[in-house]
Amino acid sequence: MPYSIPKSAIEIAPPPRSPWLDARQRFMRNRAAVISLAIMVMIALVCLVGPWLSPHAYDDTDWNQMGIGPTWDHWHLFGTDELGRDLLVRTLIGGRISLTVGVLATLVSVLLGVAWGSVAGFVGGKIDAFMMRIVDILYAIPYLLIAIMMVTILGRDFYLVVLTISAFSWMDMARVVRGQTLSIKSKEYIEAARAIGVPTYRIIFSHVVPNLLGIVVIYTSITVPGVILTESVLSFLGLGVQEPMTSWGVLIHDGANVMESSPWMIWFPGAALTLTLYCANFLGDGMRDALDPKTR
Amino acid sequence: MWKYTLRRILATLPTLLTVITVCYLMLHMTPGGPFDSERKVSAAVLANLQAKYHLDLPLWQQYLFYLNNLLHGDLGASFRYADWSVNDLVAKALPVSLLIGGLSMLIAVIAGVLLGIWAALRQNSWVDHTLMVFCNIGGSVPSFVIGPLLVTVFALWLHWLPSGGWNEGEWRFVVLPVTLLAVINLSTVGRVMRGSLIEVLSSTFILAARAKGLPVSTIVLRHALRPALIPVVSVLGPLAISSITAAVVTETWFSLPGLGKLIVNGASNRDYTLVLGLVVLVTFVAVLLNLLVDLAYALLDPKIRY
Repeated sequence: MPYSIPKSAIEIAPPPRSPWLDARQRFMRNRAAVISLAIMVMIALVCLVGPWLSPHAYDDTDWNQMGIGPTWDHWHLFGTDELGRDLLVRTLIGGRISLTVGVLATLVSVLLGVAWGSVAGFVGGKIDAFMMRIVDILYAIPYLLIAIMMVTILGRDFYLVVLTISAFSWMDMARVVRGQTLSIKSKEYIEAARAIGVPTYRIIFSHVVPNLLGIVVIYTSITVPGVILTESVLSFLGLGVQEPMTSWGVLIHDGANVMESSPWMIWFPGAALTLTLYCANFLGDGMRDALDPKTR
Repeated sequence: MWKYTLRRILATLPTLLTVITVCYLMLHMTPGGPFDSERKVSAAVLANLQAKYHLDLPLWQQYLFYLNNLLHGDLGASFRYADWSVNDLVAKALPVSLLIGGLSMLIAVIAGVLLGIWAALRQNSWVDHTLMVFCNIGGSVPSFVIGPLLVTVFALWLHWLPSGGWNEGEWRFVVLPVTLLAVINLSTVGRVMRGSLIEVLSSTFILAARAKGLPVSTIVLRHALRPALIPVVSVLGPLAISSITAAVVTETWFSLPGLGKLIVNGASNRDYTLVLGLVVLVTFVAVLLNLLVDLAYALLDPKIRY
C-alpha cells in the first residue's frame, strides 16, 4: 500500500525570510512613508523632465509678461518674476539644484561618516579617542558660520557648496557607525577572520561595513532633509549658487523681497521645499521603523 | 564636581583653538591684502600701514599677535568699515541678538516643557494630537518659510505688527522674530519632553509611587520630572547650535541689526576680518552654551560620574 512520504522539515517550514525582505514588508505597510516616497520620486522626476517639456527656458525673459501672477496664458502656471522669467521652470530647475546638492552632499557625508566611524570603532584605543575628539569639536561648532566663512573666502561655487555642507553633516553617521562597529567587533566571525590572518583593512571593508548597512541606510535617509535644508539656508542668505542659476532657497529669497506685491513668488518654491522636506522626514522615519531591529 | 567642571572647561580649549586656527589660515589664503585699493598708496605709507597691523611679520608671529589680541578681547579692525573695529560693530549688534535669542529660548523651554508634560499626561487625546501636529510643522517647515507665513498673517493681513525692522527694540518689532525662533525650538523641546515623560511614567518606580497612593501631581513633580528632563537638557546643546542658524535667518529676514545680519552682510561685502571675528565670537558662545548644558546634565543625572 502506497503511503505518503512524510514531508521533510525543510518543506514544512515557511520559506526563508531575509531581514531585507522583512524590512521591505514593514516599510510597505507604513502608509505615510510609502506616500512620501512616491511624492519624492514624483518631485524628482518632474524636476528632471519638466524643464525639457516647458516652452520657456529658466533664464528667458518674456518681455510682455513681467511680474504677473499664475495664469494659463503662455503657460505661466506659477506666474513670472519681475524680469519676466517663468517661475514654474525656475522652480523645477531650482529643484534640480537643491536635490542634486542634497544627493551629492549626502553621498559624500555618508562615505566620510562610514569610513571615519568604522575605522575609529575598529582600531580603537588612542586613534579612536582622537578621531572621536575631532567629531566632538565639529559638533560644537556653529557650522553655518563656518560655511558662510568658507563661501566668503573661496567663492560661490556649486561643488564648494556641496563640500561645505558635507563637511558638517557626517558626524552623526560617524558616531552611530562607530557604536555599531564596536559591537560587531566582538562577534565571532571577526575573531575567525582575524585568526586566519585577514588584514585589518579587509576585515573592516568586507566584514564590518556590510553588517553596518541597515543603520547606514537609516541615517542616510535622516541626513537628506538636513542637507537640503542647509543648502537652502545658504542660498536664502545669498551664499548659494549664482544667478541666473537658481535653487529653492534662492527663489524663496527673491520671493521674500517682493512678498507684498507678488506673493506667488515665494509660495510656490516655499511649498515645493516644504513638501520635499516633509516627505524626506517621513521617509526617514519609515526607514528607521522598517530597519531598526529594536522596533520589531 | 569641581574636578569635572575644570576638565570640561579644559576640553573646550582644543575646539576653540581649532576653529580659530583653521579660520585664521583660511582667511590668510585669500588673495589680496587689506590695503589693495583703487587709489595707489605709496610704498612708504604701505610699509607703515603693514607695520602698524604687523602684516610685515611672518605668519606665525601674526597668528600669535592675533591670539594675544583675542585673549584681551580685541577682535581686530573691520576690513570694510573704516574707523570701526570689529568690537564696535559687535557691541552694537550683540544686545539685539542676545535679546532675541535669550527671550525666544526662554519661552521655548518653559512652554515646551509645560506643553510636553500636558501632552504626555493626556496621551492620544486631542491636546496631544494637536501638539504633535504643531511640533511636526515647527520641526520640518524651514524657518525662512515660517517667517514669511507669520509676516503675511500678522503684518500684511491683520496689520497688528510691523513686518520687519528694529526701531530700537520697541516691543512690537520684537514679537514676530521672537515668535519665529520660539516656535522652532518649542517644537523640539515639546516633542522630546513628551516622549521622555511617557517613557519615565511607564517605569516601575512610578508604578510603585502610584501603588502607594500618591496623587498624580506629586508623582509627576516629585518623581517623574527630574529623570524626564535629562533628555530635554541633552537636546539643548545641539538646539543652541541650530538656533544660531535659525537666528541668522531670522535676523536677515526681519532686518534686525544683530550678529546674524552683521555676518551675512560681512560675507557679501567680503569683510574678512569681521566674518572671522564673528565666527570666533559665536563659536565661543556656542562652546560656552554646550559647556553649561553639560554641567546641567551632570547635575541632573546621578548616573554621570565626575
